[in-house]
Amino acid sequence: MLYNEPSPHEVKVLTRRFGLENSASLDTYLATDGFKAFKKALEMTPEQIIEEVKISNLRGRGGAGFPAGLKWSFVPRNSPKPKYIVVNADESEPGTCKDRLLMENDPHQLIEGVLIAGLAVDAHAGYIYIRGEYRYLIEIMDRAIAEAYSCGYLGKNILGSNFHFDLYTHTGAGAYECGEESALLESLEGKRGVPRIRPPFPAVVGAFQCPTVLNNVETYCAVPAIIRDGGAAFAALGVPKAGGTKLTCLSGHINKPGVYELPLGFPVMKMIEEVGGGIRGGKKLKAFIPGGSSCPVLTAEECQDLTMDYDAMARKKTMLGSGGVVIMDEDTCMVRAALRIMRFYAHESCGWCIPCREGTTWIRKLLQRFHDGMGQRSDIALIGDLAKNMFGRTFCPLGDAAAMPTMSIVEKFYHEFEDHLDGKPCPYEKARQLVMA
Amino acid sequence: MADLVNLTIDGKPVQAPPGTLVIDAAKRAGIEVPAFCYYEGLSLQAACRMCLVEVEKMPKLMTSCTLPVAEGMVVRTETPTVAAARKSMLEFLLANHPLDCPVCDKGGECELQDMTFRYGAGESRFSENKVHKPEKQWSPVVFYDMPRCILCYRCVRICNEGMGVNALGIVNRGVVSEIAPNKQDHLECDECGMCIDICPVGALTSGAYRYHTRPWEMEHVGTICAHCADGCKTTLGVRNNQIIRGNNRDRSGINDEFLCVKGRYAFDFYNHPERLQSPLLKVDGKLEPVSWSQAIETVAKKFQQVREAGGKFAVVGSNHTSNEEDFYLQKFGRQVLGTGNIDHHRTGDVPALLDALSGKTGKLAVSADLYQRKAVLVVGADLALEHPFLSFQIRANYRHHQAHVYVVTPRPVREDAVAAVSLRDACADVFGPLESLRAKLAAEPELVIVFGDVVKGEAVRRLVDFGESLGIPVKYVALVDYSNSRGAVDMGLLPDAGGLALPEMLAAGDLDAFWVVGANPLKAGELRSRSAFVVVQDMFLTETARAADVVLPAACAYEKNGTVTNVCGEVQKLKKALGTMGTKPDLEIIGLIAREMGAAPVMGPWTAEKVFDEIRRSVRGYDIPVPVVAAGGAAQTMPVNGRIPLDGRPDLIRSARDSLFTSGTLGRYSKVLNSVVESRNNR
Amino acid sequence: MTLSAELEARFDKLLKSYPPGRQRSAMIPMLLYAQDELGSVTPELVEEVARRVGVEPLQVEEVMSYYSMLHRKPLGRYHVQICTNISCLLTGGEELWQHACKKLGIGHKEVTADGQVSLEEVECIGACSWAPALQVNYAFHHQMTPEKLDRLLDSLRKAQ
Repeated sequence: MLYNEPSPHEVKVLTRRFGLENSASLDTYLATDGFKAFKKALEMTPEQIIEEVKISNLRGRGGAGFPAGLKWSFVPRNSPKPKYIVVNADESEPGTCKDRLLMENDPHQLIEGVLIAGLAVDAHAGYIYIRGEYRYLIEIMDRAIAEAYSCGYLGKNILGSNFHFDLYTHTGAGAYECGEESALLESLEGKRGVPRIRPPFPAVVGAFQCPTVLNNVETYCAVPAIIRDGGAAFAALGVPKAGGTKLTCLSGHINKPGVYELPLGFPVMKMIEEVGGGIRGGKKLKAFIPGGSSCPVLTAEECQDLTMDYDAMARKKTMLGSGGVVIMDEDTCMVRAALRIMRFYAHESCGWCIPCREGTTWIRKLLQRFHDGMGQRSDIALIGDLAKNMFGRTFCPLGDAAAMPTMSIVEKFYHEFEDHLDGKPCPYEKARQLVMA
Repeated sequence: MADLVNLTIDGKPVQAPPGTLVIDAAKRAGIEVPAFCYYEGLSLQAACRMCLVEVEKMPKLMTSCTLPVAEGMVVRTETPTVAAARKSMLEFLLANHPLDCPVCDKGGECELQDMTFRYGAGESRFSENKVHKPEKQWSPVVFYDMPRCILCYRCVRICNEGMGVNALGIVNRGVVSEIAPNKQDHLECDECGMCIDICPVGALTSGAYRYHTRPWEMEHVGTICAHCADGCKTTLGVRNNQIIRGNNRDRSGINDEFLCVKGRYAFDFYNHPERLQSPLLKVDGKLEPVSWSQAIETVAKKFQQVREAGGKFAVVGSNHTSNEEDFYLQKFGRQVLGTGNIDHHRTGDVPALLDALSGKTGKLAVSADLYQRKAVLVVGADLALEHPFLSFQIRANYRHHQAHVYVVTPRPVREDAVAAVSLRDACADVFGPLESLRAKLAAEPELVIVFGDVVKGEAVRRLVDFGESLGIPVKYVALVDYSNSRGAVDMGLLPDAGGLALPEMLAAGDLDAFWVVGANPLKAGELRSRSAFVVVQDMFLTETARAADVVLPAACAYEKNGTVTNVCGEVQKLKKALGTMGTKPDLEIIGLIAREMGAAPVMGPWTAEKVFDEIRRSVRGYDIPVPVVAAGGAAQTMPVNGRIPLDGRPDLIRSARDSLFTSGTLGRYSKVLNSVVESRNNR
Repeated sequence: MTLSAELEARFDKLLKSYPPGRQRSAMIPMLLYAQDELGSVTPELVEEVARRVGVEPLQVEEVMSYYSMLHRKPLGRYHVQICTNISCLLTGGEELWQHACKKLGIGHKEVTADGQVSLEEVECIGACSWAPALQVNYAFHHQMTPEKLDRLLDSLRKAQ
């Protein structure tokens, strides 16, 4: 089902079946071009499939934005080992709730994307790693998989092509870190979700020590459209070097929060004003998180003339990330925001490496004390300094994910930290309570 | 060797084989990159982030412990950025660390202290509450203090990878992650203490050592473990004439860092309350303390009487005494007492192996061979329990060189986990299973065969024939039980042709004098010669000592100098660590008896060095380089069927099958061995 | 230990879902599904799962203590998990959490005296655009308010 009204600004490629009756059923899927792309891919060579994905400029939708076609090309197809397709459905980046909808409303699109990836790298088995909290989606995916098996779209000799493929769901059990690809593979193998030393990368040594394609749900879901309508058509929807659309999750202080499929390069202010219906209560924008809580936070000023794409965000020293857009209005306490974000990373740090394990908790405690009105002027610099000391030095990107928002908030909202220093309760929350009351 | 890779570290041109890690390449070039989690030989972690270095063309600092060298790579290990990174890692590490160095056992030899001293900040910026959890005791010898733990996972890896025990794990996540034992609140494991020694901080401490001393107050004496035949070097920490701990932190000796529960903790028999500290003389059927001079005089007088009357002597030597003592004892027996009735408890058929290998050279394996050779075959022994160091070597060989391990044993053994093939010889015939392995073994480039006491007598010759028929270079190890079982054989603690072997001595009924040095034959046997004059040299009042007319309190291996020969024929030096009042080394005791009997000119001086000289001259295969042994090294003997009389009595060979937690008589008096839960669980 | 027929069937299917020799992969799903039925991960369950996937109990302990959804202590029949992460925080998640604590008289990871309801403050559950959100067991409840929470808790009580 859908949880928000669609917007006229949307370009519906991955979400085209959303809202159709029984959109999750195989019948609906087949009636709306379902498995057309897979049939087309059966006639293509693996090289052609990968080339088409390269042409589409599809970049990984999990957050890092690595070109998907390039990633697939790293798989040693002639390796004697079996290859695996793994779907990262561990959607856990705060602010992100899009993969949920893709699996809930159109599970067969994901299955088809996985099958095409299987053809491209000669894989015959796949695992959809779904976060434990999404139990209902595991049930939906299991039903869709069973349906696909019974109709000959999974299993042996698919559509008489001699291609066989087995697909399984696999549940997580509560760990943000398992969204990191090598930690996900460890978890898939029944271990603690601690990342692996890389290289080797999963394309070479992945699931069960075998070559593995590992992408986000949304990335696979884009593949059927790319093969069906051609990579160039998909690329044309977006901007140079980043093709297609991006499911964008608007949340926070916005009138019409929801998940919207927008072409890459969509202007940020237009997204806030026209897609999201503007800031709640007619307030002013204070801060903007472009793609999940690990991104450096932008000020309202920085959002002017900014577009939603990888390179534009990189120029502002932030990231498009996972598409989790969080809007914060003028009454938001940025110290509180920094604290809540750091609390999350401290909770989710796997504990493997020193800077992340110790740094996240230290900063969390410091921010808590600071927000509670017991801060000192020297603490402000210390918060920034500790985050800087974590940044770029941790075992996996979680340390960076914790450091980046913190560093950006300290830098860009320094005065808010100073405003907390007089020993009184948070001045911003006082304002908010008045508004709410 | 493959082409070397050229790189530059801190401006120094460095060459290293491909695949070398930058941290190792730097070390070889004399540049130390600090690290906690990196430990040569164990799997890589990249967890402590101390070894971060700058590498040209790489945007971020790289962990040199996971980065292989590459052609043209330019590495900098001491830039301001690197220094700042190290400083910040230490700051993070110390955030939740209790900083209780004044009461921490590790203080003074703590890697965290050393690193903080070298790279750390002068003051702390941490002003929050620290994570705290109470200390836990996991076994009589292992304590864990979570707040001190820096989670370098060395302990987990040495236990899993090095020991093959898997008794330690990591639980929880994030800042409350901690190390956990395998049985919820306690450990059931080898109790080897490897985890404690490898811990860079004071998180894991030893029940035997904790709060006893500061490390700098001890003297460190490197000697050879008194227990099994593997001959591990143990460095005893001695203070005020007391042994406080055993370890091998300096990684000297054939065993590198390895020590089992015995080498690390079971020195504690030396101050057992029942230790004999005065000679005893039987007066009216009761053993009464007497002076040394009186005891020696009594023994000498009696021996002289028996000798002059043409009476019958029998001499039993030890598996634990030094080569010098064994040599001196048999010489005394043969040349002064004029008897060939000399024996000891035989635990492995070394003579048969040496005999079967007559005329061949390079056929005896040293302990390093078990780590280096491409294939190892274990026949009829549970190495992890009986020869823990050899077992450790084989696991390391498998881990580092993917050695092929073959196992033929009656029961499952730990080596199964690393074995290419494991066969169970339920019917006790090892040759059936061996023949089935023939093709596989013959395809190996080389092999070491390790066999226990199930292969003895004629079977040893058959085994050697089997090995030699494979058409590949094969080396052999005949397993024996105790610290100098091998030396006892080599030194000639075996009967002359026509002489009595140990069971016959007990059964004889017409012995006039029965002299037992460091052995306990009456534990399971009975002396028929009720009127024989029995002299016993021992540390404790054993079953045999109770039956003695004179008991002479002996020093233990840690209380004397000398040499011992391990299971692989490697000769190493015993170094005196302390003395126990009232005791004397067996060598001195024998010398005193000799002097009292006027036999000193025949026997020569009773200093270990002089006797060792004589051994080098007269025992075949023992002409080994003195400096190697003197410097604490191991020199392999090169016996080619030395002076070992082959009496063809395989029936006398019987391993005691000691486990990790038993050790013959010594084990009975070790508090630690008897306190660990496993000593009750084990066989 | 004896498990229900459903759980046995699920375990069987799980153990067949991974390549030969990789049965350890089934460990986490087995623990979670078994917890759903048993209410918590008991020491017996740890032993049982260890045996079935062929590892030592310690290895199961390592894993179970890592994942935040696996619990050693029994949860309430209805486990109410309220998200207070950034998107929910901005839209009243914190107030919702405080309200729930006050209403139920319990705190984080606590269970009501009757064992019916337990409470947990959780990290992002993937409902950011429909915040503030919570889950009762596995069911999502979006755009919550204290009033809606009251009604929800009352309906849970009635359902007993």
